[in-house]
Amino acid sequence: MSFFNKIFVGSLLLMLGFSTVSLADESAKLVVEGQPMITRVKAPSHMENVDEIRSGWTFRIKETQSLQMDDFENPGMIFVDKGLDLWNKVEGSKNKACASCHDDASEFKGLRTVMPRWNESANALWSLEDHVNNCRTEQMGAEPLKWGAAPMDSLIAVISLQSRGMPMNVKINGAVAPLWEIGKELFYTRVGQLDMACSNCHEDNYGIMIRADHLSQGQINGFPAYRLKNAKLNSIHARFKGCMKNIRATPYEVGGDEFRALELYVASRGNGLSSEAPSVRN
Amino acid sequence: MKIDRRGLLAVGGSLACTTLIPFKAIASETDEAIAKFTGGANIGTGGITLTTPEIAENGNTVPISVESGKASSILLLALGNPNPNVATINFGPLSGSRMTSTRIRLRKTQEVVAIAKLEDGSFTKDVKTVKVTIGGCGG
Amino acid sequence: MAKGVKPRIKVPKQASAGDMITIKTLISHKMETGLRKDSDGNKIPRSIINRFTCDFNGENVVDVGLDPAISVNPYFQFNAIVPESGEFNFTWYDDDGSVYEKAKKITVT
Repeated sequence: MSFFNKIFVGSLLLMLGFSTVSLADESAKLVVEGQPMITRVKAPSHMENVDEIRSGWTFRIKETQSLQMDDFENPGMIFVDKGLDLWNKVEGSKNKACASCHDDASEFKGLRTVMPRWNESANALWSLEDHVNNCRTEQMGAEPLKWGAAPMDSLIAVISLQSRGMPMNVKINGAVAPLWEIGKELFYTRVGQLDMACSNCHEDNYGIMIRADHLSQGQINGFPAYRLKNAKLNSIHARFKGCMKNIRATPYEVGGDEFRALELYVASRGNGLSSEAPSVRN
Repeated sequence: MKIDRRGLLAVGGSLACTTLIPFKAIASETDEAIAKFTGGANIGTGGITLTTPEIAENGNTVPISVESGKASSILLLALGNPNPNVATINFGPLSGSRMTSTRIRLRKTQEVVAIAKLEDGSFTKDVKTVKVTIGGCGG
Repeated sequence: MAKGVKPRIKVPKQASAGDMITIKTLISHKMETGLRKDSDGNKIPRSIINRFTCDFNGENVVDVGLDPAISVNPYFQFNAIVPESGEFNFTWYDDDGSVYEKAKKITVT
């Protein structure tokens, strides 16, 4: 972190009268519907500058935290309901729904925790969205869903929910290794008018307040995440886009190569944390 | 030490922001809403508890709850919103403890007011200030 | 009828006579305040749930008037006394005249 950035963040803190003491209950334990979640764990060995990784949940105030502990309180579950409706909706030239082949979404238990991953037949790095759209175009003869739009995010939430509580376990070697390196490079590269990298907030400064924001580690183990800010599910790439806009950078394309590589790298920084989707964040 | 023009602008900009958080109640509309509910009766204190976060992480969804043991109805107001009315809760014969939790929108830092009409016809209120601030990157 | 409206209710399946039970309700609804403008600068008309009621066997539990300051997907938690087995009836009233209803049975032992 440059000295300038320290001055900048420090000045914001002073002017708004915030201290580094947050209102988050950082020692709270996340138990969702009776199931304990891993929200703090030793960082994966590839992370050189962080000892402990923490779910974004641990950075939120207790009112926001409690919204995720009960599925009725969690507004993200509304979108799971909508996703299930879509799961059962027959579409496309082959008159099929997701449910025609996948009777129960629970057969995808564990899938969220290993995504994104290399897909041999496509010879490409696949995110969950690719699985959904591949099924739609190839099996259903239906139009692909837009990446980051509500129908896609709702379906992803249904699939991700099946892995809730399981630790993230994204593979970073083998075919994906070069892409993982690109993702890492992107994470540490300063961009935009504010000239900031992901790492400036989410590695150098997590835990402090910038104005009203309690900076997290930028983990994506809870995505898609319901945000109080926009009252809907937010996809991983949409969140990346939002961050880039905030630092006055031109965002990369949602579903594009840069965000795919970044998703792989950021997901791997969360290896060991429970998949929490759909989580609740501010 | 390196402070460039951009840095100074950014710092100055955030200073300006701090002065742009006004604290103004919409007096007439608030008075009107209260008068409609109380019919101009005096409002006491005690016997009602309004629970709010001290700082809302986002003004879009602020969880609040209110409880007043002998209330027949409760008026909720947010004095810094474009319109102060939030909700009116009327408790029927089968309601249990006279409480409710809900989620409300607050445009900015402001006072949230709960006024209960008690079964004996008297009124009591509780007031809480909720700080609403925008995120570090304006997000 | 507004798009994507779906009521959700959480009521215990059984209780003892005279018990006080906790009820949670949520209806997915955009709660458009009427204060926003679209990208062309035109006011987006108000469209909210303006009233919510809960009755048990024809007797009222709560009757709530909602204003635009209630968040999107209105949520209410409250308590009820259940004197006997029966049915809760929940009703939401939309600005556009639509009425959404949901019922939930409870067995009192």
